[in-house]
Amino acid sequence: MLLWNGRVTGISGILNGALHFKKNDWLWRVLFVAGLIAGGFILKAIWPETIMNQSTRAPIYLAVAGWLVGFGTVMGSGCTSGHGVCGLSRLSIRSFLATLSFMVMGIVMVAAMRKLGVF
Amino acid sequence: MIHLASYFVVGVLFALGLGMGGMTDPHRVQGFLDIFGDWDPSLAFVMMGAVCLHVVTYRFIRKRATPMISAHWHIPERKDLNAKLIGGSLMFGAGWGLAGYCPGPALTSLTSLDMNIFIFVGCMILGMITFSFVDRFLTCRNPKNPMA
Repeated sequence: MLLWNGRVTGISGILNGALHFKKNDWLWRVLFVAGLIAGGFILKAIWPETIMNQSTRAPIYLAVAGWLVGFGTVMGSGCTSGHGVCGLSRLSIRSFLATLSFMVMGIVMVAAMRKLGVF
Repeated sequence: MIHLASYFVVGVLFALGLGMGGMTDPHRVQGFLDIFGDWDPSLAFVMMGAVCLHVVTYRFIRKRATPMISAHWHIPERKDLNAKLIGGSLMFGAGWGLAGYCPGPALTSLTSLDMNIFIFVGCMILGMITFSFVDRFLTCRNPKNPMA
């Protein structure tokens, strides 16, 4: 992505942009997301175990978590790919702080679920 | 045309990397975050590998005057540290821990046709839309609001 198109590969930013139509800044986003899904089909065909092992939690967990991930990644301008991989590699202080925040919170969340016996 | 095709190709490669690295398995992701329980550190190597490789390739690639296909660079340039960055990241972390999905693997996992992942992605998109409404509302009310 960087070498070809000069962009950082931040999934949440690309997806969020795909939700708001803007001429000349939309189709590439949709195509990238389509590529992610097409890649999923290839994985499913070659290594089904990578794709078929999905969450077994009650749907309400997934709904709340999904909303938090959507809201949080746009508010914080990035997710694991944009901040965690591309940002850290660019030695960005913003991304370092963001990555630290979401890693710590993810760890706290899992620890809390364990404590409450729902993990 | 070629530049549009290249985005699709990158998407496919990215998805393959996520799958092979184990990021599309929410049990692995939650195991990685479970450092006080039954910790599975394998994803730390995936992440460190990705960052180490990209630290080096990033430097080399940025030495070019322009990218290979696009005429310009589109690299984030913001340096400000604010409550929005941290608050949003904390919310994202909470959701990530709760379900074991971040945005990329969630989209790739749609191909499992599992009901849960459709719920997750649907609510994720809803969350993104909610934020843009809240953000617009705050900016309208107080254009100088440092949070907005």
